[in-house]
Amino acid sequence: MKATRVNKAVKNAMTFAMTAVLAVSSIALSSTVSAETVMDNAPQVSTLRGTAPLNAEVTPPIIDKVENNDLKRQRDYPQQPPTIPHDISKYQLDKNFNKCMDCHARKFADEAQAPAVSVTHYMNRDGEFLGEVSPRRYFCTQCHVHQLETEPLVENEFIDMNKLIQQSHSRNNSSDKK
Amino acid sequence: MKLTRRDVIKAQAAATAATVAGISLPASASNIITSSKANKLTWSKAPCRFCGTGCGISVATKDGKVVATHGDEKAPVNKGLSCVKGYFLSKIMYGKDRITTPMLRKTDGVYDKEGEFTPVSWNEAFDIMEEKFKKVLKEKGPEGISMFGSGQWTVHEGYAAVKLMKAGFLSNNIDPNARHCMASAVGGFMRTFGIDEPMGCYDDMEAADAFVLWGSNMAEMHPILWTRIADRRLSNPHVKVAVLSTFEHRSFDLADIPAVFTPQTDMVLLNAIANYIIESDSVNHDFINKHVNFREGVTDIGYGLRPTHELQMKAKNPNSGASSPIDLDAFAKFVKSYTFEYAEEMSGVPAKTIEKIAKLYADPKIKVMSLWTMGVNQHTRGVWTNNLLYNIHLLTGKISEPGNSPFSLTGQPSACGTAREVGTFSHRLPADMVVKNPKHRALAEKLWKIPAGILNGKPGSHAVQQIRDLKDSKINVCWNQVNNNVQAGANINEEILPGYRNPDNFIITSDAYPTVTAEASDLILPSAMWVEKEGAFGNAERRTQVWYQLVNAPGDARSDLWQLVEFSKRFTTDEVWPAKVLAENPEFKGKTLYEVLYKNGQVDKFPLSQISPDYENQESKEHGFYLQKGLFEEYASFGRGHGHDLADYDRYHKERGLRWPVVNGVETKWRFKEGSDPYVKEGSGWQFYGKKDNKAIIFALPYEPPAESPDEEFDMWLSTGRVLEHWHSGSMTQRVPELFKAFPNAVCFMHPEDAKKRGMRRGDEVKVISRRGEIRTRIETRGRNKPPIGLVFVPWFDASQLINKVTLDATDPLSKQTDYKKCAVKIEKV
Repeated sequence: MKATRVNKAVKNAMTFAMTAVLAVSSIALSSTVSAETVMDNAPQVSTLRGTAPLNAEVTPPIIDKVENNDLKRQRDYPQQPPTIPHDISKYQLDKNFNKCMDCHARKFADEAQAPAVSVTHYMNRDGEFLGEVSPRRYFCTQCHVHQLETEPLVENEFIDMNKLIQQSHSRNNSSDKK
Repeated sequence: MKLTRRDVIKAQAAATAATVAGISLPASASNIITSSKANKLTWSKAPCRFCGTGCGISVATKDGKVVATHGDEKAPVNKGLSCVKGYFLSKIMYGKDRITTPMLRKTDGVYDKEGEFTPVSWNEAFDIMEEKFKKVLKEKGPEGISMFGSGQWTVHEGYAAVKLMKAGFLSNNIDPNARHCMASAVGGFMRTFGIDEPMGCYDDMEAADAFVLWGSNMAEMHPILWTRIADRRLSNPHVKVAVLSTFEHRSFDLADIPAVFTPQTDMVLLNAIANYIIESDSVNHDFINKHVNFREGVTDIGYGLRPTHELQMKAKNPNSGASSPIDLDAFAKFVKSYTFEYAEEMSGVPAKTIEKIAKLYADPKIKVMSLWTMGVNQHTRGVWTNNLLYNIHLLTGKISEPGNSPFSLTGQPSACGTAREVGTFSHRLPADMVVKNPKHRALAEKLWKIPAGILNGKPGSHAVQQIRDLKDSKINVCWNQVNNNVQAGANINEEILPGYRNPDNFIITSDAYPTVTAEASDLILPSAMWVEKEGAFGNAERRTQVWYQLVNAPGDARSDLWQLVEFSKRFTTDEVWPAKVLAENPEFKGKTLYEVLYKNGQVDKFPLSQISPDYENQESKEHGFYLQKGLFEEYASFGRGHGHDLADYDRYHKERGLRWPVVNGVETKWRFKEGSDPYVKEGSGWQFYGKKDNKAIIFALPYEPPAESPDEEFDMWLSTGRVLEHWHSGSMTQRVPELFKAFPNAVCFMHPEDAKKRGMRRGDEVKVISRRGEIRTRIETRGRNKPPIGLVFVPWFDASQLINKVTLDATDPLSKQTDYKKCAVKIEKV
């Protein structure tokens, strides 16, 4: 188990190194020419491959645990479906029963202190509000997914709109002053 | 009272609130910016980048960045919904390792196949490409070059590519990855109806009384269409859902009639249903007398392997799609042996279950929709199985009307729009035409304004053949766009890597991210993706959707369209066209391919002033004309008046897509049916006008065994496929942290008893080994997929576990589509 974690760390480090390599000049790159063929070497650019050459297979990471701390996570934008902060692996979710609604239904919001499904979930295809959750939203896992205790291999540079709004606001303020 | 987890959190939340309460902030430090100027987001429409469903997405941009995405309420496909991938579209462009500059393998400053990837300018990248293309064209002619594209190309890109290859280089060696995905569906349509793509549409989902999934897992692969079926089923208790598959998966959660069958025996089940329809006297005689012919197909057609393969040598009629006319009686005799008992014995599905499914088709009062994708298409008898599906709808006349619908779902966002309609296959031309047909070539030459007789009439190398040709040094230059074939193609070790790394070959890969295909290549070109360019996709219900460029691509990344058009400037007709043709058509002498193909008086007809002032359009501005509109309008001229009519380009910018044929400005929901399809004559009821006599064909075709089945040594079936959270090879979705953390690595789904038998437990490291290669992965005995004893399922999205090292490159001999759903493996503990 320990070895796998190390492997994972190497993989992450590799990701970082590769990203860095992409940025440096060609002179630095060509100084590391090897006599071996491309196939037998660790990948030069393929970030998700880690250190494994294309023609080799290595020990895979362990199956991580599901994050199960019930803490709400920040959303990247208001429309983003929240990810599930707990383990649902033993939940029944089929045409006969929807375990998620045991806590997330409007009428259990107080008792369970779970977020009640949003108002959009009551809308049918025609945009009319039904009295119960719309059957088109019945299978929660089509939009809401759990998260494993693992770290992404590649960083994502998505910028939150709040930051851009802040920037825009300061820009507008300073131009107003001029 | 029991204190639950929730109670604890509630208490924590209250405590936090208390500390905040009572503190009033000064107005200047308000925590919400309310200024309308700063607060404003720009919302635009675009179809989803992922599957063939074609959901409409609302995309918010601010200051040159995409900041939010969600399902478009106005889009008829999804009406405000989106699956988890669609919701996270906003992040797919922002992986830190985006490729932002061309990179060439070099040693000491010069190109070296075994060198290190080195950033180069576009000019240098095109220089080396030009050198390699010209060298190979000179030495081997058009057969020595190839292009491997995609059902994820935009319509414009696919059209520009097919024109460059077929009309420019006179090479038919262009194929899309849709060959791996929809070729059998195309083959099925052409054989049964003589015209490609579904006759019905998604509106069938609100009209059907029964849904039958043939090997499809829509809950994960077409989640938004699944919401429409779930809506229909759960809102209307009389509705029945049957789910057939080789293993249990999430779609079974909605199934009234679940059925797990032995791989390949879907053919037996379909023939058994046809037999039941006949024996229970449920044939719609009026319909078949007027609208159907019967034919018996040639059998024992091989497995699309190399001609030297033992299985190919054994086949009596390798690759033959021939057939001869029969009648209903002969057909009845042909399927008579397919009893429910025989079908149970072969498939493992109880006869009673088969009967329940058969009755959904046989009962004239039940409107039934059949749905299928890769389970049927990635099949060594994929075309046949498509034919067998149409058989049961044609026998009962349950076709082309609301709710009665054999529906071939599509994998990729524009497998229909680009790969199939534009015709980027090695044997095709736009609008269902083929290179083999001299009349089709003549029409294409006329519309393309190129010399008569110049097009190459010999079909080129298809996807799998291109790979074999690279290994065999028959093709020496290959340009990949919008695909990841080193991860997606079958038998990576024996066929793909040797071809890519063959010292004779030069491989170019255009991509947004450094995939394993990019890694195995010699030159990487940085591509703009999705809303970083203007584009058009066509979805599974014939809906064409167009979007504007909403943001700029990072660094030097450019759209595949720009790359294709720009590269065409590097060649003159004198270099690539026969001297004889130029002597006869001197007006073409000395012109560049750019002038002949794109600046040809048609494609460059629309001025920049016609581009919306609200949006960027980098390619057009650079070339000085509205490139996308010109390409689209020229392309549309192939299909207008021939059953493939598209609306004017500008209209698509205003609509949430339109379903072709669009005649007199009106889209078509159900083709071949009077009153719904403008091409059907009054009084005819139905008209299958893809065939000369307006009749569809019911084919007598038997069960034939798969190319490889488990034996004593390789004792398990392997099926591969996708998971909800990842699109194809994961090159985009693995870079979205939420999607990565939802399903970070491939696993080997296995029945707990199979694991126990081998002394394995959940999480153990194992090798999945076939005759061709192996991967290392971990055993999963729980979760969403529950294989039966004797079968394992491994998804292919994980670049660190290349399961296609294990799969077999057997194909359907007619469609040349690979069978990724069945081969024999053994599982060993590491």
